[in-house]
Amino acid sequence: NETTMWFRKLCHRNQTLVLEWLVETSHPTFFLSAWIINQSEAPPEPRPAPIGTHAEKANLPVFTMDYPRIQIPFEVTLWVLLASFAKIGFHVYHKITVWVPESCLLISIGLIVGAIMHSVNEEPPAVLTSNVFFLYMLPPIVLDSGYFMPTRPFFENIGTVLWFAVVGTLWNSIGIGMSLFAICQIEAFGVQDINLQENLLFASIISAVDPVAVLNVFEDVSVNEQLYIVVFGECLFNDAVTVVLYNMFNFVAEMPVVEPVDVFLGVARFFVVGLGGMGFGILFGFVAAFTTRFTSKVREIEPLFIFMYSYLAYLVAELFAISSIMAIVTCALTMKYYVEENVSQRSCTTIRHVVKMLGSISETLIFFFLGVVTITTEHEWNWGYILFTLLFAFVWRGLGVLVLTQIINPFRTIPFNLKDQFGLAYGGLRGAISFALAFTLPDNIGRRQLFITATIAIILFTVFLQGISIRPLIELINVRRTNRNLDTINAEIHCRLMEHTIAGIEDLCGQWSHFYWKDKFMKFNNRILRRILIRDSRAESSIVALYKKLELQNAMEILDTVSGDISAAPSIVSLYEEKKNAGKPKKMFLAADLRNMHDILSKNMYKIRQRVRSGIIWIIFLALLLFIYMFSLITQSNTVSHFFMHLYFCGLCCKLSGRT
Amino acid sequence: MGSSSSRLDRVPGAKDLMEETGFSETNILCLYDRFEVLDREERGYLRLEDFEAIQQLAVNPIGDRIIGAFVFPGRETLDFPSFVRVLAHFRPTDTTWSRSGSQPEPANSRTRKLRFAFSLYDQDGDGKISRAELTEMLQAMLGMQVTDEQLQSIVGRAIQEADLDRDGAISFDEFKKMAASGQTGLKSVSSIMYRTKQQQQQQQYICGEGGTEQVHLKHSCQTLMFIFC
Repeated sequence: NETTMWFRKLCHRNQTLVLEWLVETSHPTFFLSAWIINQSEAPPEPRPAPIGTHAEKANLPVFTMDYPRIQIPFEVTLWVLLASFAKIGFHVYHKITVWVPESCLLISIGLIVGAIMHSVNEEPPAVLTSNVFFLYMLPPIVLDSGYFMPTRPFFENIGTVLWFAVVGTLWNSIGIGMSLFAICQIEAFGVQDINLQENLLFASIISAVDPVAVLNVFEDVSVNEQLYIVVFGECLFNDAVTVVLYNMFNFVAEMPVVEPVDVFLGVARFFVVGLGGMGFGILFGFVAAFTTRFTSKVREIEPLFIFMYSYLAYLVAELFAISSIMAIVTCALTMKYYVEENVSQRSCTTIRHVVKMLGSISETLIFFFLGVVTITTEHEWNWGYILFTLLFAFVWRGLGVLVLTQIINPFRTIPFNLKDQFGLAYGGLRGAISFALAFTLPDNIGRRQLFITATIAIILFTVFLQGISIRPLIELINVRRTNRNLDTINAEIHCRLMEHTIAGIEDLCGQWSHFYWKDKFMKFNNRILRRILIRDSRAESSIVALYKKLELQNAMEILDTVSGDISAAPSIVSLYEEKKNAGKPKKMFLAADLRNMHDILSKNMYKIRQRVRSGIIWIIFLALLLFIYMFSLITQSNTVSHFFMHLYFCGLCCKLSGRT
Repeated sequence: MGSSSSRLDRVPGAKDLMEETGFSETNILCLYDRFEVLDREERGYLRLEDFEAIQQLAVNPIGDRIIGAFVFPGRETLDFPSFVRVLAHFRPTDTTWSRSGSQPEPANSRTRKLRFAFSLYDQDGDGKISRAELTEMLQAMLGMQVTDEQLQSIVGRAIQEADLDRDGAISFDEFKKMAASGQTGLKSVSSIMYRTKQQQQQQQYICGEGGTEQVHLKHSCQTLMFIFC
């Protein structure tokens, strides 16, 4: 009890200070800042009085505080840190991340924090306004997806991708809109005031498959490449259709009558949006590639150009209200090939790392804030409408995939079987883009809150239910998987050989297909584009490039398996010498063998980590309790504070006595 | 249509060819037209020179190997049935065919396709891809881009990856295993895609210069595909 008394005294003293400052500054996210400032304060002891001063004169202030000045950057940093801590926390328990995708976990944490904030009656930071979302949070994610998109499978499947993106989204929007309108006619649900245009507008918002959510889930489940590329491409490219439909229906929702000429204009607008986006992307991509040709003297800022040009492409597209996602994706695709040949190795690594980091941060923040804002917005719930929305979203997507695959399968070299189709349909997760679009709905739509609630409901439903269950389902029905780690020289050689063979046979038969065009493009590329855009334009075959990469990997792995001292490993040069002298090539360990050895060694040697893990969990638990105790003090709620204080000390005692 | 069946009569042994290779009527007709175009002197068979006259094939790095697959050394001429038989390798794999039948394995089965690819490497026909053969092949594809030492290293690595019995050469079985395991790598699928459109009246022959002919066939054959995995 002594400890309790001491603790109470400390908190009371600090509490007054905290309260004073709250009054002065009245900022929203006080609790974090309060806690941190509390921690950083010196232990209570009397301040030394300055020597030789009178009591009446105002003393030189030793310790001042000016919170409003740093408020915004400070809060941004704190939120980012909090979200990142959450991310670290998930990986403490490896089993969770295997079965639950990170997006779900982040949303859950967001929900918890939102609940805390709501109970303390605070407003969340206004980050999910559409401007912040579309201008700052979305571009890094899309850049990440575009930059790391595997180009060859993408271009091989581009017909399918565009087919699903365009026609699929149209099908979904119109189908869901019409069905919801039919439901609205039923009196029992009380939503008769929603007219057709508003329904279609809502449907266009929720029919867009979201790249953030989907990638998060699909990356862990390694499905076959075709499926992955089609889902991936579809999410990225359906933005064009969504933008057009949304704007069109938005415009039309205010008009009493829809004329055929409007529909025609809509179609024309779609082409402008789509092709315009791609055009801007390609333009900026080429300019970026051209710029990097001259940056050999300024290596440190080379990565900057990549980011600036892609962001510029995005912003210019937003300026003209054309599809900015397509612009940035096309820019990244075009740029990557030429830039990676022009820049130094370090810049290349930096670019990749920074792109990944920015994408990861944005994604984390988006899901986190999704959770927070869910709790703190006002909701208007309508059982009938929302349940039917869920049902229709699911049904129309399934139907859409079925019908569209039937039509396009004859044109595909590897047709989609039923299992792939299931994966396609089930993997259509909605996410933050729908959410942001819902927030930008104009206020003159009567049922705006209902739409927002319904959007949130769908997002949570798809991300949680489908996200969690997709992995076991895919394993259960045994969709064709891919083994992504096989990167061999032989595979590359055979690919090349097959391409040449097919090109030759085509010439023989006098028929052309996409291989002919690909060949033509490669020739154009080699003769003209490379000369302009690349500094040292000797063409390097992909076989040679892959060989270099694999050799580098092998070299690193050899050095890696030697425990500890790199200088003890045989140098690569001496290995090479030995190899030349020996008649037969000496047996070098294959990369896979090296990896296996490494795995075995590390798994067996570091069992000590197990115990440390549980220790960390305890610390997190106790820290959380401490947090909550602080709040309860601040809100001066005695019962709550008593309760948590007791919990805290119970926990502490259990831990100290060795029970887990 | 009456016209198509009479056109089919032009092609010698069309019915047997269709049965043997599985090509459809339009395919056979297409191929025959192409054969006639290549066979400028109308001898009824093709010679090496006719193949070499195809300009695009000459710049193809493995053009000579492709020609070699059609015109075997020692044989001077290539008649239409043989032409079709070789091209039959490029049809899509029939999933309905089963091994237990008494018919010989069709040309477009997976094993036959792999064998065709194998024969592009294995020029001397001894059933193994030796270092020298692989080196030659890579030399043709990579051209001036690599030095000799680099080439040797690449070849060494390639053989090391595939060669399971350590005899320094890749046999057909090892080749098959490698093709089966490298799912993502060898999924480079190629398709020569055409749609069946209208009748033959719409085909046009355009002669280029210097003997290069490119036939634009507006009506076309169906999908000729070569699927590896």
